[in-house]
Amino acid sequence: MGDRAYRWITTGFALVIPVLLGLIAISVFSAGWPALHKFGLGFFTSSDWDPVNEKFGAAPAIFGTIVSSAIALIIATPLAIGVAVFLSEFAPRWVRQPIAFLVDLLAAIPSVVYGLWGILVLVPFLRTYVMPFFKETLHLGDTPLFAGAAYGPSMLAAGSILAIMVLPFISAVTREVLLAVPRSQREAALALGATRWEMIWDAVLPYARSGIIGGVILGLGRALGETMAVTMVIGNRHEISASLFAPGYTMASQIANEFSEATTDLHVSSLMAVGAGLFVITVIVNVIARWLVWRMGRNQVA
Amino acid sequence: MLATSTARTLARRRVKSFIMIALTYVAALIATLPLLLILWHLAAQGASSVNWNFFTKMPAPAGEAGGGMANAIVGTGMLVLIASAIGLPIGVGAGLFLAEQRGAKLATAIRFLSDVLNGLPSIVMGIFAWQLLVRPFKHFSALAGGIALGAMMIPLVTRTTEEMIRLVPVSMREAALALGYTKWRTSLSVVLRTALPGIVTGALVAVARIAGETAPLIFTALGNQFWSVSPTQPIAALPMQIYTYALAPYDDWHAQAWAGALVLIGLVLIISLIARYVTRSRFGLGGD
Amino acid sequence: MATARAEVLDSAAQPMTETPVRATATTPVCLAVESLDAYFGATRVVRGVSFGVQTGQVTAIIGPSGCGKSTLLRCLNRMHETIPGARVEGEVRFDGRDIYDPAVSAIGVRRHIGMVFQRPTPFPTMSIRDNVAAGLKILPRDQRPSKRETDDIVEHALRRTALWDEVHDRLNASAVALSGGQQQRLCIARALATSPTVLLLDEPTASLDPLSTQRIEELVYELRSEVTIIIVTHNMQQAARISDRTAFMLAGELVEYAPTNAMFTAPRDPRTEAYVTGRFG
Repeated sequence: MGDRAYRWITTGFALVIPVLLGLIAISVFSAGWPALHKFGLGFFTSSDWDPVNEKFGAAPAIFGTIVSSAIALIIATPLAIGVAVFLSEFAPRWVRQPIAFLVDLLAAIPSVVYGLWGILVLVPFLRTYVMPFFKETLHLGDTPLFAGAAYGPSMLAAGSILAIMVLPFISAVTREVLLAVPRSQREAALALGATRWEMIWDAVLPYARSGIIGGVILGLGRALGETMAVTMVIGNRHEISASLFAPGYTMASQIANEFSEATTDLHVSSLMAVGAGLFVITVIVNVIARWLVWRMGRNQVA
Repeated sequence: MLATSTARTLARRRVKSFIMIALTYVAALIATLPLLLILWHLAAQGASSVNWNFFTKMPAPAGEAGGGMANAIVGTGMLVLIASAIGLPIGVGAGLFLAEQRGAKLATAIRFLSDVLNGLPSIVMGIFAWQLLVRPFKHFSALAGGIALGAMMIPLVTRTTEEMIRLVPVSMREAALALGYTKWRTSLSVVLRTALPGIVTGALVAVARIAGETAPLIFTALGNQFWSVSPTQPIAALPMQIYTYALAPYDDWHAQAWAGALVLIGLVLIISLIARYVTRSRFGLGGD
Repeated sequence: MATARAEVLDSAAQPMTETPVRATATTPVCLAVESLDAYFGATRVVRGVSFGVQTGQVTAIIGPSGCGKSTLLRCLNRMHETIPGARVEGEVRFDGRDIYDPAVSAIGVRRHIGMVFQRPTPFPTMSIRDNVAAGLKILPRDQRPSKRETDDIVEHALRRTALWDEVHDRLNASAVALSGGQQQRLCIARALATSPTVLLLDEPTASLDPLSTQRIEELVYELRSEVTIIIVTHNMQQAARISDRTAFMLAGELVEYAPTNAMFTAPRDPRTEAYVTGRFG
């Protein structure tokens, strides 16, 4: 009797998860429906964003989301793998714990605190030192990638802050999969006369590859949906620009930034439609990431 | 001839190995640098404004120095309470289910969906709560904010609960069954109790994470310049206040934002340290 | 259960030194196993086993690893079925009823037929006292002993397992702090506290040092007067030392079941002889 009730109750709690996910999908799409209905799929390819004439398109936000996440991954991935290799293979015992703790702590800092630090410390630093370095010292000011005025809030700032934020996620997953690589793989490499680095590069990392890629994609999922820190440093301009120094938008930052200002129903609905797009993208990215990490777990058993 | 050339390549390989290993040390250094910088800036900029007034006074109007964030601190407490009331029981229950139905297809599917839920951006949670709980009632509320945060807690708590329960040896479960315990009683008073320190740790980590969330609150709790603890009214929250102040052009408000961030980080750190202490202090099993 | 508890309290009043009466072959059968099969999924690990366990005796089950002796033991208090995919066919008659009768609850069976496992399993979140009382706390309200009665039962159970002198001054301490041998005696005390009719011991000394093993063996010998004991062991000398009857299992089948003396001095089956003389296993 009690056993059956217990089983039903825990099953009920567990079923909350799929129900919740379904409700989220329904509410996000129904909120964005008026805009999706009016503009169709063209909503995601149009660059218009004209609240006065009620014309909306999400292309610049999608572009900004992809670019800022790409910058973040380009910076964070090698660092994160380096940290993970360091912690799992080379770190002396006495630094392993503290460094692992500090890196984990990076993941615990609230987004808004990153944003605060970003806008009051990182952005001024980029404006005074990094941007002039590219423009004047390296004479790259005329190339499209570094063109335009260096205000500070920019795609570069967003990418940099995102890199710091996703690094702990990538390194945590990488560390886990590195630990799952069997000793025998390492010993086999060493027995063939490999140096310690060759053991890592030729035996351990290839073995852990799909798990590491899964971790990177998991980091990508974080970067795509990160809101507050990006909203505070990206400059919030609805424009597609090749320049890293130009301000821009991401999907999440556009929603957060304009939500309180949006007055017409269609404007609000357009923001929600951007949210629906973000929902679909992050679900796909997460499914791929989980699948890769899961496959790594299965390989290790075989 | 052969011997010298292999000796030379070996030397080169050794040097390469040394350099690459050194680079991983550098990576570790670079990765920890931002954290140390952030903590340093928080302490340097925020410490002077963290005083008794900060915890007891209401926000000062723009242009006026001083004031505090009493309403935002209490508001964050309220939001965390509502979120925990929703996220903890559901998360623990779902975690029990996943741990006990390990091989079942339904469990595999739910575990996967829980991971997907965990990967959703917090802003999507905000839209969800806004559409279902704010829009129909035509006003923002602490309750909607708490529910959005609670939904974020569920996958976090589910995962740690499952992991911690799996750490409890099967023999413990069998010993209870052999004494004539029913299955539900075995699960709750022996297995869950044994896993409790680890689950508490996980719950604290989840609380620390949602306490600093801002994005969902823009759509739900909204923020409030005045004193309110009513669950049906908009409520102030520490991260919302930091956001507003950081973007404002006043130096006084920036100082308050730094102070708020310092307090928020302090809160997160204290919760993390308590979590570690809980894990370590109990005998037997834990998060290690 | 109420009367059973009264017996516990009565026996508490009796001196422990009373000489146990060695049971003979004529004592009544306590557990009767009839053509028992046990499966893990499609694999049959216990094959058509029938035998009778006599009241007040120590019965040992021996055999090489993987012969199904632990599984057989776990069938006797319906613990086998707690493993996913495991199932049982056949009968185990206890107190005149088949414990696998659909009307019989597994919980009730386990309250009367206690079990102690290979590795000590103290509950880490409970004190020593609460561990011993763990089986009492879950009794239905009308059968649950009062606090004072519980204290008496705990003390008596700890005395019977010769643990009282070692732990009486730290009953509220964690049970995990005890040594392995003490933990195992605590588990036996915990099983005895509910005054079961039968006690199943699944290689109870396998993880213990020789001295702790000796104490457990002495304990089993003494407890025989109060509770019927079935012990699975891979140690033939142990079976010879403490049991009245021995069952020898091989590849899931019961090869021979006889008084221990006869089994070790004049085995009837050549396979038994090969095993007890150490030619395999």
